[in-house]
Amino acid sequence: MIADLGIAFGRVAFVMLFVLNLGGLMTWVERKQSAIMQDRIGANRASIFGFRLIGLFHPLADAIKMLTKEDFRPARADRILFPLAPFVSVFFALVAFASIPFGDTLRLAGRDIPLQAVTLNVGILYVFGMLSLGVYGVMMAGWSSANNYALLGGQRAAALMISAEIAIGTSIMGVIMIYGSLNMQDIVRGQGQYFLGGWLPAWGIVTQPLAFVLFLTAGIAATKRIPFDTPEGESEIIGYFVEYSGMKFGMFAMADFLETVVIAGMTTSLFLGGWQIPYLGAEGVRLPWGWAWPLPHLVVVLLQVGAFVVKVCVMIFFMMLIRWTLPRFRYDQAMRLGWLGLFPLSIANIVLTGLVLVAWSHR
Amino acid sequence: MTRAPMSLRQRFYVLDVLAGLGLTAAHFFRNMGRHTARALGRRTGARGAVTIQYPEERRPYSPRLRSLHRLVRREDGSPRCVACMMCETVCPAHCIYIVADEHPNPEIEKVPRRFDIDLGKCVFCGYCVEACPEDAIRMDTGILEFSSYSRGGMIYTKEMLLSLEPAHADGRPRSPIPLPPNRKP
Repeated sequence: MIADLGIAFGRVAFVMLFVLNLGGLMTWVERKQSAIMQDRIGANRASIFGFRLIGLFHPLADAIKMLTKEDFRPARADRILFPLAPFVSVFFALVAFASIPFGDTLRLAGRDIPLQAVTLNVGILYVFGMLSLGVYGVMMAGWSSANNYALLGGQRAAALMISAEIAIGTSIMGVIMIYGSLNMQDIVRGQGQYFLGGWLPAWGIVTQPLAFVLFLTAGIAATKRIPFDTPEGESEIIGYFVEYSGMKFGMFAMADFLETVVIAGMTTSLFLGGWQIPYLGAEGVRLPWGWAWPLPHLVVVLLQVGAFVVKVCVMIFFMMLIRWTLPRFRYDQAMRLGWLGLFPLSIANIVLTGLVLVAWSHR
Repeated sequence: MTRAPMSLRQRFYVLDVLAGLGLTAAHFFRNMGRHTARALGRRTGARGAVTIQYPEERRPYSPRLRSLHRLVRREDGSPRCVACMMCETVCPAHCIYIVADEHPNPEIEKVPRRFDIDLGKCVFCGYCVEACPEDAIRMDTGILEFSSYSRGGMIYTKEMLLSLEPAHADGRPRSPIPLPPNRKP
């Protein structure tokens, strides 16, 4: 009983700490990566006892700064919804990661421990639900601030979220059709098969390349970060958090980072094989020409968890690269891309996948 | 405004986005490699960033740079200035204030009792340097970082201006930045 509770707590704690720390670290990654891309150095002045540690103390300094700032509430802002909005935003971004598997089942002391915070057989739907509920925080913020610009930002966020979400939902339909499950763990397990005589791993990016591009584009739109930061629109309307200060403002920024982690985790699980490492099975390494190197169970599981973490970090790097490369879409451009680009293409992808699947089964 | 029509490739968008990502990623990995090489102790390679980390590093100043003024001293340490008021007259900002005094040496006409420059007003035109018949005021200290929390703190007196030294050949200041006595913390 105690052991079960401990295991459940450990699973949740791992996911929670992973997402939170990665989200906090991303403020540092954002500064440093953009600096290095632009031939700069980036923030490196915060120090503890003279140690600068390549600017890693800046997230800490930011947090202290935001916590000690004045927490201002406009006189006409809503008493309840205004303070509640940032918490709603962060909460749904945090819990969305719960059903993304970070490893295969771990067999330890006669127990089967699924490496996933919650094992849901409709995991994908859960993640979508949480991701879409995240926009409620943004809309609440925009509406309750009693500020026209904030309201405009909240309304833009809602419009963007709807157009992005439909594209997300339809683009992963192809993945669900191929792996035949809504359970994230089953989808990741399905990506452990091979094509071309055991050479090509059947990852989602191989079986669904178009869906990968569509999902990633719509996913970046769902994070509300550049190039899809119309809800914020820093140079024109400042956006839904214009009236927020201190840590509440920080929580909105945090929610964007957490959503980036969630989208990176989803892309990894659905398209990049999740925790799968090519040619590494449950018994150990097995290369296509038959060479095998058996590994103990614990080593395999640890390698797989490590592979998942590395893949998520690579996806975050890539999304940061996009964020620091592309300029912002205008509001109408973002809408047109969502409704006239991503949505019809993902419908076409579903039809194409269906045709291929039928042809494949009648081979 | 007329815009050039976009080519098919540009309208397709994805290829051009990939090209842009390639450019920024190439910058990232090139700079990252250079940073890593320098962190591992190879000092000779190219730098990964163009940043000059200012208070510790300075970009060399031009020898003609007009920086904080100084009063040139005679060999006995007294000012070379003869209080002729040329600089005070020519100054377009009226920031120089001189009170003349008799010099103990009868061969020298006068000496300034007070020589104040209000750097809060100074426009760094260098006319005072050009007007001076005795080459007694120069703007070659290389000091640019003088500041104060009050207007009064920007007034530099004769003693402060006399204590300054000319800059090194590369423009680095030789004297420490003089702190005004009434500067608040």
